[in-house]
Amino acid sequence: MAEFTLPKNSKIQPGKHFPAQGAKKPRTFRIYRWSPDDGQNPRIDTYEVDLASCGPMVLDALLKIKNEIDPTLTLRRSCREGICGSCAMNIDGTNTLACTKAIEECAGGDVKIYPLPHMPVVKDLVPDLTHFYAQFASIKPWLRTQSPAPDRERLQSPEDRKHLDGLYECILCACCSTSCPSYWWNGDKYLGPAILLQAYRWIVDSRDEDTGARLDDLEDPFKLYRCHTIMNCARTCPKGLNPAKAIAEIKKLIVQRRAA
Amino acid sequence: MSAKDLRHPIKRARGLGSAQSGVGHWWTQRVTAVALVALGLWFVVNVLRIVHGGFEAAHALVSRPFNAVLLIAFVAAMFWHAALGLQVVIEDYVHTRWKEVSLLVLVKFLAVLGALASVLAVLRIALGA
Repeated sequence: MAEFTLPKNSKIQPGKHFPAQGAKKPRTFRIYRWSPDDGQNPRIDTYEVDLASCGPMVLDALLKIKNEIDPTLTLRRSCREGICGSCAMNIDGTNTLACTKAIEECAGGDVKIYPLPHMPVVKDLVPDLTHFYAQFASIKPWLRTQSPAPDRERLQSPEDRKHLDGLYECILCACCSTSCPSYWWNGDKYLGPAILLQAYRWIVDSRDEDTGARLDDLEDPFKLYRCHTIMNCARTCPKGLNPAKAIAEIKKLIVQRRAA
Repeated sequence: MSAKDLRHPIKRARGLGSAQSGVGHWWTQRVTAVALVALGLWFVVNVLRIVHGGFEAAHALVSRPFNAVLLIAFVAAMFWHAALGLQVVIEDYVHTRWKEVSLLVLVKFLAVLGALASVLAVLRIALGA
């Protein structure tokens, strides 16, 4: 059966408290901590951060904690401007990017930060995305053609290029897939919203000539049809994209090529 | 390290490949849903009309050929749609393979039996047996 309760060794324990000394504008962050090395259960550590000497984003606070309070806190980050997708995590109850989520946007009270839901945790806020990336590779996300390679770029009209808007912006941060209950329960086989949006990005690309084979690969009760239009993906996407619509378009194309 | 860990992640991601099916299920679920909107409304309206009429009124309603046909269509669409929906629920949540397969088969059996019994009941009245 699907698991609705955490296994014993995953149950979260109370953690350490790091008070801020003489802070002018304190804000409390409650952060999920787990290390593979100490054999302990996960815990929630509480950090008080002085926002008077901190940047505006949640990532600023996390880096301030790591630099000034607790260097053992582990997280991924790189571009700090919402384009690399590394700092995707669950902040204030929603999957988003720590670098583009303002601390002020978080609801009053403590700011709760967890790793992306329902993924194996490598350490602290770092989820294991191996399977997610392998699923991306499985859709063969590159231009597939039959026609001979031209001497120059393959051209595309501005109208055809417009079909890629709302798709090419996806940075594969995995916020949507890890917010999807269907991906939680059946992520081993279900491709999930991010990968299906990427698949659709190649299906609608006017230069790609392998559309039928791409649809063949997706037409599967689990790879595609686990999407039950729950719409968490569209709600959580930090780039404002709509993976659910891309999935619906794939389903429409598969219906379109058969007799009703 | 177990043997499983030696496999490349792409092996697990590609799995057994595409089943090349699923669109039939998806489309049929939507077609039966559309049918059930119309048939369900008709059914509710007619039930409300005879709700105080007792056995005689119900018998008279079903014995009319027009009503009998629509009632059979309603029952068939309902059991078909229910079987498709329950199949999705089982596939979503039951992850022990033998339990999953057993439940899927059981649901199909029950849906067919339920539909056949309902159709027989309607026919007995409609044909005056």
